[in-house]
Amino acid sequence: MDKLIQLGSDMARLWAAHSPKYLLGVRNTLILAIAATVIGCLIGFLCGVLNTIPYTRQDPLPKRFALKLVRVLVRAYVEVFRGTPMMLQAVFIYYGLPYFTDGAVAFKGISGIWVASLLVVSINTGAYMAESVRGGIISIDPGQTEGAKAIGMNHVQTMTAVILPQALRNIMPQIGNNLIINIKDTSVMFIIGFIEFFAQHRNIVGVNNMFFPSASIEMIGYLTMTLTASFLLRWAEKRMDGDANFELVQEDALTLSAGTYSHPDRGTPFDEHSREYTGGKGDN
Amino acid sequence: MTGPILEVRHLSKSFGANVVLRDIDFTVRPGDVTTIIGPSGSGKSTLLRCINLLETPTSGEVVFHGDNVAARGVNPTVYRSKVGMVFQSFNLFNNMTVLDNCTVGQRKVLKREAEAARQNAMQYLEQVGMAPYINARPRQLSGGQKQRVAIARALAMDPEVLLFDEPTSALDPEMVGEVLTVMQDLARRGMTMLVVTHEMAFAREVSNHVVFMADGVIAEEGAPAQLFDAPQNPRTREFLSRFRGA
Repeated sequence: MDKLIQLGSDMARLWAAHSPKYLLGVRNTLILAIAATVIGCLIGFLCGVLNTIPYTRQDPLPKRFALKLVRVLVRAYVEVFRGTPMMLQAVFIYYGLPYFTDGAVAFKGISGIWVASLLVVSINTGAYMAESVRGGIISIDPGQTEGAKAIGMNHVQTMTAVILPQALRNIMPQIGNNLIINIKDTSVMFIIGFIEFFAQHRNIVGVNNMFFPSASIEMIGYLTMTLTASFLLRWAEKRMDGDANFELVQEDALTLSAGTYSHPDRGTPFDEHSREYTGGKGDN
Repeated sequence: MTGPILEVRHLSKSFGANVVLRDIDFTVRPGDVTTIIGPSGSGKSTLLRCINLLETPTSGEVVFHGDNVAARGVNPTVYRSKVGMVFQSFNLFNNMTVLDNCTVGQRKVLKREAEAARQNAMQYLEQVGMAPYINARPRQLSGGQKQRVAIARALAMDPEVLLFDEPTSALDPEMVGEVLTVMQDLARRGMTMLVVTHEMAFAREVSNHVVFMADGVIAEEGAPAQLFDAPQNPRTREFLSRFRGA
């Protein structure tokens, strides 16, 4: 019990002294995570759409070749960025660019670090999202595509108006996963000097050695961010599902038309009450 | 006399070694209501899907106003916008309301103004008796209601010919009547229709041309009275006897 009280007072002292630093870390973490998730989703959707452009043997050779090439490139991108640690990718890109350009082009200063971090986290998220989007598109009933094609929509129109909105709804849990992973995993960007929430912890304890109280603050901070994100995503999913009820639209508000629509087939061979065709000379 | 809207010439379709359609020939003229009947697996639906180019014919031509739309390199989207299709499983867009289902094609493909598209859609939704439901989503409707919306969606594109792929086969028996009534009404208004169906009463009463398919070929065709009352082909007689006997 004494230890808990001591921890409480230690955390309070740390917070009083360093709260602007912690809050700056929270701010940077959230901006990077949200921006990278959004950009990553866009990359993922682009790859998902490129990957699912249909082609048949009847198509001309250049078109088939181009589409095949696109699929190979997307595949390579996904495998490379999914298959290597994000921390390593950050180092690779941050130091690789000046290495190849003899320092002419480099990620310079704070803004350079931001650009490099955003690039790495976005590309990473995109690699994971590309597969999620592909799964989301595959999961939509092919009848939806046929319905769209049958009224003359081309591939892009079919995708943007019909398939992607439904796929987006289906992969919302995946997007949520990625956002939460990004909130936590942006912490590895300290390796190239990005000042996020965890980097601030390292800065602060480096001076006062209060490792455990600071780590406790970090735990609470990260949990608050991820729980808020979860909650907001659930809410967004509910919004996307729309209302469970709908309003009937009718000129005369006093007439209830549900179930009372008078089918003009009474007495015809299509009368739902006499389904068997009797050639007009039947006995029912 | 006006020329035919649609001509199918020597159309064949095979999936691998499996030949589904063999050398199919027939013509659709303006105002025709043609029904295609026949046992399951005879290629009726595949034929309809080939006509709308949802399946690519292995050989042969689909000629629309004199142009072969099944030729290599022809973009099918313009042709498809002039040929409506109603599916067995409705295929309404699940992410849209009833009204949006009927306007999205007009706005995106025909580039109509939102208000013009809405008015046109309302007119057809009225016609199929679904106007009160414009704010509903497909999952909130019964099968018969969905199919009536699907017909309105196809009509809203102002097509020259409507293809129906077993439009009542996925419906509960008590909903078949409401869809057939809508289709009969369309026929009376002079809509050119090509209907794959198992509803013999509809084929006999509403259509003016019946095509009987068996094993991927047209076994017999003719006016309904002739085909139903005096079938020439033994396959036709056998097929029809199953419906009579009941």
